[in-house]
Amino acid sequence: MSGSAMGSGSSGASGGRGERQAIADLMADYVHFIDNDRLEDWLELFAEDCSYRILSRENVDAGYPLELMSCYSKDMLRDRILSLREAVLYNVHTDKHVLGAVRVSGPEDSDGSPVWSVQANYSLYQTTANGETSLFSVGTYRDRVVFSGGRALFAEKTVVADTFTVDRLLSTPI
Amino acid sequence: MTAAALELDWPADDFTRIPFAAYHDDDVYRQEQERIFRGPAWNYLALEAEVPEPGDFVTTVIGDTPVLVNRRDDGEVSAFVNRCMHRGTLLKRECRGNSRMHTCFYHQWSYDLTGQLRGVPFARGHRGQGGLPADFDIASIRLDEMQVQSYQGVLFGTFSDGAEPLEDYLGPSVRAELDRIFARPIKLIGYQRQRIFGNWKLYNDNVRDPNHGALLHMFHATFGLYRPTQLGGAKMDSRHRHNISYSLAGTSDEAGDVEAFADTENVFDQGFRLKDPSMLAYRKEYPDDITLTILSVFPNLVVQQITNSLCTRQIQTRGPGEMDLYWTYFGFADDDEEMTRHRLAQANLVGPGGLISMEDGEAVEMVHTAVRREQDEHAVVEIGGKGPIADHQEYLVTETPIRGFWSYYYELMGIEPAA
Repeated sequence: MSGSAMGSGSSGASGGRGERQAIADLMADYVHFIDNDRLEDWLELFAEDCSYRILSRENVDAGYPLELMSCYSKDMLRDRILSLREAVLYNVHTDKHVLGAVRVSGPEDSDGSPVWSVQANYSLYQTTANGETSLFSVGTYRDRVVFSGGRALFAEKTVVADTFTVDRLLSTPI
Repeated sequence: MTAAALELDWPADDFTRIPFAAYHDDDVYRQEQERIFRGPAWNYLALEAEVPEPGDFVTTVIGDTPVLVNRRDDGEVSAFVNRCMHRGTLLKRECRGNSRMHTCFYHQWSYDLTGQLRGVPFARGHRGQGGLPADFDIASIRLDEMQVQSYQGVLFGTFSDGAEPLEDYLGPSVRAELDRIFARPIKLIGYQRQRIFGNWKLYNDNVRDPNHGALLHMFHATFGLYRPTQLGGAKMDSRHRHNISYSLAGTSDEAGDVEAFADTENVFDQGFRLKDPSMLAYRKEYPDDITLTILSVFPNLVVQQITNSLCTRQIQTRGPGEMDLYWTYFGFADDDEEMTRHRLAQANLVGPGGLISMEDGEAVEMVHTAVRREQDEHAVVEIGGKGPIADHQEYLVTETPIRGFWSYYYELMGIEPAA
């Protein structure tokens, strides 16, 4: 689907049904792939020109730019996954996301390409190797989604974590 | 307090053995609060850059004590127990902000920036009835105050009148390191917080252990940022309570690394390369070639330089089995946008999600959990040698600074040598 075709199929400020469904599917795939340790598939939900950032609400509110995790390019994301797979050691756990309602607005024009703003709340539970579950993080996704080759992709995935004290460590993505 | 009351067994007078009970015992923890955090140690409070203007304040905790730090109108910084003198309410609930007065939300008692009580509502009651007794002297009520001293913009506080001057407490080597790191005015870039399910001293051990750097933190070894085969070492103050571990990247060779890691499994693989290695780049900003510095100041401060990632880490106790790390990241005031971005990218190396440091919290927890029922057993600390503790070791395969920490701990805790 090209940018101009999308515009013609749009039904008002929130884009067309097709795009909205594709964005909802993208959000579902995003949490599904993390929860099932399919990080390589998860990576392919990002546009080549992308950013992935986890911000603490504390820094956002205080106006500080520091992230809890940041990848400013897809190569940095690839490195994060390579490191998780091959280098770093982290606590054995299972992730389980609960995704709230997805709010889509747009598209806006960004240098001639349509970009959708997408927001949704999440809760992320972690379960240990012994089957003990705790709430690991609560927050909001504030994303920018583009279409390329007919697929919805994240141009920006920004996690604003209300839970800015991290239990133990932050390894797998939120 | 007597040694018997603590029931801690120190079988080696060179501190090559650490009793596991020291990490778990409730009595030990209670004594630490009095003898260390409320004792003659200088605790890290905050950075002056966090409270640049009069009225700026931050709240923190020193041991179990909530503390309020503010800048006064005369430009000096004061630190108080963050507790209203009336009924003991937490006086300031926010993490940071600016206010002219500190007003308790419970009964509206208000204190000025010097800690002096200024106002009590209905002090004289209503229509001649109630209120404070006539002899109640508002002017005599002040917040409990810590002694505060600053070195290179790093604020330290102590509850003890018997503490030595801060400069003596730090000693020449730590002062030189703070002179080095805080060479220019700094600019804050943000905070991170991490909860660790283990004793606060296990984290102090961790940061005084250059040997673990490339063994636990495989990212380091894998991508060559830090290897024990590099030039580096561990430098302590004369009383061995603080430590500076340092290393110089790019000073090991591949053949030597392969040989050094030959006895390890899974640690060092030459095959991996980052697709975006810019994150690892060091933009030289100090006159020397040191690329990694971990400065640990007894009892609650770590200052880090990992290439261009600079931060302080404050250790906050939460009982014998839990602690928080409070990471304060900074750059320099004259950083341009590109340099700030580089520091933000390099922040990925450390913190709770750090590619290098994420394992530390887990390691602390695993020790803490495993030794719970081994209170009569001891940790073995012999890497780097036994016997007298050297002030400076010019190699990285050492954990001797841990012995230094415990030698001072032992002294402060008033533990008597075993008969």
